[in-house]
Amino acid sequence: MLDIFLSAETLSSTIRMSVPLIFACLAGLWSERSGIVDIGLEGKMLAAAFTAAAAGAYFQSPWIALLLAIGVSILFSLVHGYASINQRGNQVVSGVAINMLAAGLAVVLGNEWFKEGGRTPPLPPEAQFPIFHMPGFDAVQSIPLVGPYINILSGHSVLVYLAFLLVPLTAWALAKTRFGLRLRAVGENPHAVDTAGISVAKLRYQAVIIAGILCGFAGTYLSVALQGSFVRDMSAGRGFMALAALIFANWRAWPSMWACLLFGYLQAVGLRMQGFKIGDVEIPVQFINMLPYVMTVVLLAGFIGKSIPPRASGIPYTKDR
Amino acid sequence: MTPAIELIHIDKRFGAVHANKDVSLSIGQGSIHGIIGENGAGKSTLMSILFGFYAADSGEIKVRGKPIKIKSSSDAIAHGIGMVHQHFMLVDPFTVLENVVLGVEGGALIGPALTKARSELKRLAEEYEMDVEPDAIVGELPVGLQQRVEILKALYKGAEVLILDEPTGVLTPDEADHLFRILGTLRDQGKTVILITHKLREIMAITDHVSVMRRGEVVANLETKNTSVGELAEAMVGRSVLLHVEKSKASPGDVVLEVKNVTWRDRKNIARVDDVSFTVRRGEIVGIAGVSGNGQSELLDCIAGITTPSTGDIIFEGKSIGHLGDPRHLRQEGLAHVPEDRQHRGLITAFDASESAILGWQFEDELGKGFRLNRDLVIANCKKEMQDFDVRPSDPLLRSGKFSGGNQQKIILAREMSSNPDLLIVGQPTRGVDIGAIEFIHKRLIALRDQGKAILLVSVELDEIRSLSDRIIVMFAGRIMGERDANATERDIGLLMAGVQKDAA
Amino acid sequence: MSQRGDLPTWVDVGLIPLLNLLLALAAASVVFLLINENPIECLGIMIKGAVGSLKGWSYLLYYATNFIFTGLCVAVAFHAGLFNIGGEGQAYFAGLGAAIVGLNLEFLPWPIVIPLSIIASVLFGAFWGLVPGYLQAKRGSHIVITTIMFNFIASSLMVYLINYWFRPIGKMAVESREVTGAYILSFREIARQFFDYKYPASPLNLTVFLAFFVAWAVWYFLWRTKLGYEIRAVGLNQDAAVYAGIKPQRIIMIAMAVSGGLAGLVAVNEVLGAQHRLLLEYVQGAGFVGIAVALMGRNHPIGIVLAAMLFGLLYQGGTELSFAKQHINRDMVVVIQGLIILFMGALENAFRPYLTALFFKADD
Repeated sequence: MLDIFLSAETLSSTIRMSVPLIFACLAGLWSERSGIVDIGLEGKMLAAAFTAAAAGAYFQSPWIALLLAIGVSILFSLVHGYASINQRGNQVVSGVAINMLAAGLAVVLGNEWFKEGGRTPPLPPEAQFPIFHMPGFDAVQSIPLVGPYINILSGHSVLVYLAFLLVPLTAWALAKTRFGLRLRAVGENPHAVDTAGISVAKLRYQAVIIAGILCGFAGTYLSVALQGSFVRDMSAGRGFMALAALIFANWRAWPSMWACLLFGYLQAVGLRMQGFKIGDVEIPVQFINMLPYVMTVVLLAGFIGKSIPPRASGIPYTKDR
Repeated sequence: MTPAIELIHIDKRFGAVHANKDVSLSIGQGSIHGIIGENGAGKSTLMSILFGFYAADSGEIKVRGKPIKIKSSSDAIAHGIGMVHQHFMLVDPFTVLENVVLGVEGGALIGPALTKARSELKRLAEEYEMDVEPDAIVGELPVGLQQRVEILKALYKGAEVLILDEPTGVLTPDEADHLFRILGTLRDQGKTVILITHKLREIMAITDHVSVMRRGEVVANLETKNTSVGELAEAMVGRSVLLHVEKSKASPGDVVLEVKNVTWRDRKNIARVDDVSFTVRRGEIVGIAGVSGNGQSELLDCIAGITTPSTGDIIFEGKSIGHLGDPRHLRQEGLAHVPEDRQHRGLITAFDASESAILGWQFEDELGKGFRLNRDLVIANCKKEMQDFDVRPSDPLLRSGKFSGGNQQKIILAREMSSNPDLLIVGQPTRGVDIGAIEFIHKRLIALRDQGKAILLVSVELDEIRSLSDRIIVMFAGRIMGERDANATERDIGLLMAGVQKDAA
Repeated sequence: MSQRGDLPTWVDVGLIPLLNLLLALAAASVVFLLINENPIECLGIMIKGAVGSLKGWSYLLYYATNFIFTGLCVAVAFHAGLFNIGGEGQAYFAGLGAAIVGLNLEFLPWPIVIPLSIIASVLFGAFWGLVPGYLQAKRGSHIVITTIMFNFIASSLMVYLINYWFRPIGKMAVESREVTGAYILSFREIARQFFDYKYPASPLNLTVFLAFFVAWAVWYFLWRTKLGYEIRAVGLNQDAAVYAGIKPQRIIMIAMAVSGGLAGLVAVNEVLGAQHRLLLEYVQGAGFVGIAVALMGRNHPIGIVLAAMLFGLLYQGGTELSFAKQHINRDMVVVIQGLIILFMGALENAFRPYLTALFFKADD
């Protein structure tokens, strides 16, 4: 039993599972802190995953794959930005559209290009991101008991380390930079930003572009690093789970990381739990799977703590009040 | 001396509304200049143009004699103009410091700006008596302090001219006094202050000059020391077409409505309605006069059951209704309500006229048995009411939003009056309504009174109050300042509306 | 202050949606060109595949049945000012009601058990809508987020229930046993039993009539009952509704329950009508199609019926297209659907400023 919940493999897998969530959650954080609700994280992630896998297979380079994936993800972001900022359209509707568009396009184009029913060919090792080994950690491995646990911090794809580096970077940028200050302000009270002589639209476009970049990372990690190819609907609700994590974290960077680690842990445990029994009673993995969503609903309902979104999120900005 | 600001031939339209008509205004340096006028007179629009929030359709702006173009707020700020909006432009979860530096961070990192702002705030606090804790979260500060942050923001950005839009609307009298002291100090230090308000008392108390606006135009430019409250009130309201309504003397009967010590507090725990008591009898019209925003709206909501009083009680036909909060039940009991805000409450603009004509009465069996709403009956009902009240066009299927203001108001009045209520409460019955319709509406209200019904009328139009009411109650700052009979002079009521008790004046 | 000039009604409900639809189709054409296909030819294949034969029509109507239900689900919530993205989960959860009654009360005669299982479907769907409605009304949680979460919760919960409760022992496929007594007759079976006619194989069943009836009933409910009036009042203007003595919290809960119940009818078409058993993920995205259908149908039952049939055509045509052109995938339909939601929903006002300018110029 401890094997499932506390083994080094589970914890190592937790790190890997939480990485796409962290990227996507931070993407949502940037977008929503600026006042643009992003239901389309899932779609952008999926589009990026497909682009990265396809480009990786074609160019045999993870870096070109990443770059193109980010480009495509930004493109979707800009569509969302145009609908939300210029057209003052319904941001939820736009997000739903983006999710469908991405899911459909990935399979249609994938099928056309690779003739495998929407899959992409498995990526060879050359198309993989380099693995980063923490210096000196090989020696640690041999320490009895704790060795394997310390070692889970080493030997992941470089994108894993990037994800965890982005957390303090995001926290710092939001708190300490001019851009961060203005971005937080525009998500709370765009009128205040406008009367201070700052362009609301420009700030929000910057925010959705950042969200696009981060979703690009999330998708690339998913298809290239985690699975080695693209299969249909491979994001499997991670965009929405990231959204749940964002709510759980009350739209803050460090708590986002912890929420994503928690949800990643639940995913890791879920993968290992098939047929798990306590005594004679089998514990269904589905309950673990639904836990993040149930917890989010309970939190939103205000039964534990309170989660307050940026005040202006989802509301198109117009000068008239 | 060159004026600080000159506005020359400013003109601005919003669709059909002519908000500013060829406005010219000159504001002297180092003075407090008041701009006074009723709601919708165009004061805020004019100042929003000066602050770059809207672009004028035509006209010219000069700052210290130099013609300038103001395309956005940042242009205005760059020319030393600062504005304190009616709704504060503050980011609630931010600290005072963060709010102050927003837009003038001076570099990619905000650390240095925060340090600079901290010492600057300290200096300003000493200079102008404006102490604020720099690390306090703005949203947690009381309103008076939030306003102070707004002023500090403007000063920090180097404002030489400070515009304040209805600054005392949200303040307690003590806070307002403190604000006036601050404004006085600012003037003494050479700053120019523009004060937009509809409160006469404030104009008299602190301004040097005053401009009166009415219907988008500047109708008077006066030196404050050479004018009087009466003259200003007259200029504000204008010698409008004197509405005279033929009416006989009222013969009041039993008490229908009794308001007993009603107090209503808003979310910030400020008493918007403060210990109000009065009665309305059968066969009389009681008018509540007062400049808008002095608690009349909240009082109406309490009586209509849309909200409930914080303390006190309301007795309707002998029954306590203060704590019901159920407009539907009250309608069934015979209390009809024409709300102040026609467009946002009185009807639903997207509904067709026949649907708006049953709003609030949709549950009635006459419109369909049980759960059903019989469309034919709904349309027939509307047709009858339209005929009764001469609504044009008399098309029950036309969208409510497409009727003119006067006809919208007639639809609402017809709806509320046709229920044959014991008490009708009416808010702003003729706001934005053309002259013909005003006369019609007034006649119908008198007729209803003569049928022995009780009417409670709230209006900011003093003429309307005086020509319709049998008794007049004047509200100021949530309280009843006094009660007068129908023969009271305009000046007498005007003073009460300005918050001046007779003996003090 | 409303500055926008009012456009004539025919422009508002006719021209603008048409232009938006054309834009969406133009964008879809680009996708066809991207995969080296002639969009006109493909469109031809799709239309022929859907309406060129009785079988095509049958499938079209079978899909449309689901889409009418989910479109109405979105529309009713919309009229109350709510965006219910949870139709998918509500429909899925409703399968539970259909299956519980259908499988356990089979000893009852069909005229009793079928209505009972329909009611159970509606009630289970309604419950799955009511909970988010309650959370929005009383606890202030945002309906969009809650309904999304409820989709996922339903998905996991149903996997568990079908696997552990409904799957007959020893059976490999994760599905319930067959409903033998309480299923709804298919057109094929009716033709065979009563008319001795060989109707082409299709899942089309009598539920399609229920769908048309429910569309009428929703229209009646929204525009001919007092409750419907109150729902629309709350959706259009909460302040005015409160003035009128309507309690928005109550209306929100009712509207969400009705909305969920409508989605629940998908279970009737699928579990009782087409599959005769409870399958994993049997809703297959119909809940999301409902969003597109409601947007396109402008939240009016007539529009929804027409839009649902158009999407039925799209789905059936898409299947035929994927047969005719080996390299075109059925997911092409999802792409078109996404484009329609984008252009008819999020970008619905793209043409408006130009048209307004045009009309006002013409007026001067």
